[in-house]
Amino acid sequence: MTTLKKSDHAAVPFWRDERYLKIIIQVVVVVLVVLAAIYLVRNLLTGLEDLGIPLSFKFLGIESQFDIGESLIEYSRTSTYARALLVGILNTIKVSFLGIVFATIFGIIVGIARLSKNWLINKLAAIYVEALRNIPLLVFLIFLSTSVFHKLPRVNEALSAWGWAYLTNRGIYVVWPQPSAGWDVYKWFLLGSFIIGLIVAIIKYREGVRTGRMPLYWLWGMVVFVVLAVVSWFIALFIAGQPMYLDFPSLQGRNFKGGKSLTPEFMAIFTGLVVYTSAFIAEIVRAGIQAVSKGQREAATALGLSGFQTMRLVIFPQALRVIIPPMTSQYLNLTKNSSLAIAVGYPDLFAVGSTIINQAGRAVEVILIMMGVYLTFSLLTSLFMNWYNKHTRLVER
Amino acid sequence: MTTLTPTKDVLPPPTERSTVLGWMKKNLFGSIGDSILTILGGAFLVWMIYTLIVWITTKAEWAVVTDNLQLFMKGQYPADADWRLWFLLFLLAVIVGLMWGIAIKRPTGAGWTLLIVPIVLAAWLFTLERSSWWRLLVIDVLAIIGYLLGKRYPSKLSRITYLLALLYMPIVILIVRGFGEDGFLFYVPTNLWGGLLLSLLLAIFAIVFSFPIGVLLALGRQSKLPAVKGLSVLYIELIRGVPLITLLFMGQLMLPLFLPAGITIDRVLRAIVAMIMFAAAYMAENVRGGLQSIPKGQYEAADAIGLSGWQKMVFIILPQALRAVIPVLVGQFIGLFKDTTLVALLGLLDLLGIARGVLANPNYIGRQLEVFTFIGLIYWVFSYGMSYGSQRLEAVLGVGER
Repeated sequence: MTTLKKSDHAAVPFWRDERYLKIIIQVVVVVLVVLAAIYLVRNLLTGLEDLGIPLSFKFLGIESQFDIGESLIEYSRTSTYARALLVGILNTIKVSFLGIVFATIFGIIVGIARLSKNWLINKLAAIYVEALRNIPLLVFLIFLSTSVFHKLPRVNEALSAWGWAYLTNRGIYVVWPQPSAGWDVYKWFLLGSFIIGLIVAIIKYREGVRTGRMPLYWLWGMVVFVVLAVVSWFIALFIAGQPMYLDFPSLQGRNFKGGKSLTPEFMAIFTGLVVYTSAFIAEIVRAGIQAVSKGQREAATALGLSGFQTMRLVIFPQALRVIIPPMTSQYLNLTKNSSLAIAVGYPDLFAVGSTIINQAGRAVEVILIMMGVYLTFSLLTSLFMNWYNKHTRLVER
Repeated sequence: MTTLTPTKDVLPPPTERSTVLGWMKKNLFGSIGDSILTILGGAFLVWMIYTLIVWITTKAEWAVVTDNLQLFMKGQYPADADWRLWFLLFLLAVIVGLMWGIAIKRPTGAGWTLLIVPIVLAAWLFTLERSSWWRLLVIDVLAIIGYLLGKRYPSKLSRITYLLALLYMPIVILIVRGFGEDGFLFYVPTNLWGGLLLSLLLAIFAIVFSFPIGVLLALGRQSKLPAVKGLSVLYIELIRGVPLITLLFMGQLMLPLFLPAGITIDRVLRAIVAMIMFAAAYMAENVRGGLQSIPKGQYEAADAIGLSGWQKMVFIILPQALRAVIPVLVGQFIGLFKDTTLVALLGLLDLLGIARGVLANPNYIGRQLEVFTFIGLIYWVFSYGMSYGSQRLEAVLGVGER
């Protein structure tokens, strides 16, 4: 009988020993990647030196000397490049946030229409989805910009919607509430009404948890809020005058004044993103609802729930778990797609960035900043959606 | 003793009468709400179709499309190399015909549609220029020959057909590009590629070259070695976190700087490199999906028969994983095809770039609607056709079900 000697194990040479092999492979890979990176970056730095524009972020403090069409913060030609980039970032956030909200609402409506028993509605929703999903967003955006929003009538021939809104090729003007004399008082009433509404909703929710019969707690809260807001409106009216008035847009001279104005550039990128993304969201919603097994619906019917209750209490909560992960990637896509705003002239981060590249010649720095910002947006969105996903996930035993 | 009821007394089960009115009542006017929706939707549909027909027949002027058809299709690609593009179309027709004959074995509605498209296009071309319309009919003839051959000798031809289908995209790249100064397949510089040809080529380049990189990245992300895994995750998440347009800009502006002095790289190639980098990250995630769909038993079985780590991957896991991701890859290809439009923002002359160039021509001012309808339709037909085709193929081959 042969006995194993210790030396038999030791005989394995180190290059075939898995423990060493793992370390060696990793060291080799890391060294190769680092060397390649060093090589490329050195080329880049020497190349920039040769061009006379060494890598530096000092240009951010220089006056920008260019105008930006629309801005959420104060900005002029004398502002710095850094501020111009900030304007771009805020514009990107604005269009992405509004886009996500409206695309979700639209998408859910189309997704439910896609499941409708009504043949015509079903087919219309299918056409909507299939038509939009198969054309490039950029073509759609340029089409919207050149053939829709810039083709609206001129200012003096504006299309009017009973005076509440005007459609012109310089933008869309809609009626908008403006604070007036009583606003200072009313805003505190409004805040108070909101807090009381919230408290009522929480009390009703707790009651539901305690008794096991959940009332429509959000409806309770909302009704309380609305009633209080209306009542306090009249109180504020007596104390300090009318809190708000409706500002109607009107043609003064060569342009519209008053109301809320939306530029054609914003409308093009906003509608484009909303309509395009809603087609994808509709498919996700449809797939999510269809993923809930038929037995669940039948069980809900057997329990005597109405159609709406079945949807709200049984189907939708379960569909949500399937829906959220792909929805996250659609939100990320929408945010990233907002960079196509440059094609329609909306000054988002990318459009402002490329203007700076052309003007200051700081391509590398600006591209790095832009990538950093978009990366941060993506990370924040996915962090939030992951948190939400955990929140709605099936609690397993 | 009980007697069985004579069958003639038993009423037959009620059959649902399917009349037009009954169908309408059930599917369109089921309730009051339904009826309102139907009427509103119907009115909208009628209005849309009416507006569209009026526009197409009376207001639209299609000269902008017909005059520039060559530009839209292939940009500045030299005319004496046209035959290569036709050859590639013919090859595609044969491959599709063979696959149809081998796998589907009967002419379905989709098959007839595929055959009708070239005939319609040929009729249209005939009214325009009367030069190359007959080539479109050759496509149909070749497809039918392929179909019949495939149906007759499925076992003999299946291997070579699938090999050709796999190699089709690399073949396209080689033949379009060409080699050498002159002669039979002379080299066509990338700045002459344009129109639909460039759009398709960009997508083909991206999918073909991102494939090996994507597979390596996916394996890297699955790896147990922290350094390899970390680097793969870093690359994938970095690329997926930024918009494609920033990558394309980086390719245009920074790529020449990354390279050692003296090496220049033209604009189309820079865009291609950026597209490949971009596609590789998404490819990696798709392949990872495939890898994760392989049951653990396969790994264990490979270990049990004593395969090494590499053998296990190459002979057992990857073939199954890649087979499972074929439909997803078609989806990615469609996405890439749509994403190629972004190169128009860099000033390259892909289909959208050509469209913008044509619209800048003073002769065609204000013809946006016609041009965008035309190129929108091209993108739509390609994307929808590919996704429909892959769904059908998936259903027939049962990919991912075995």
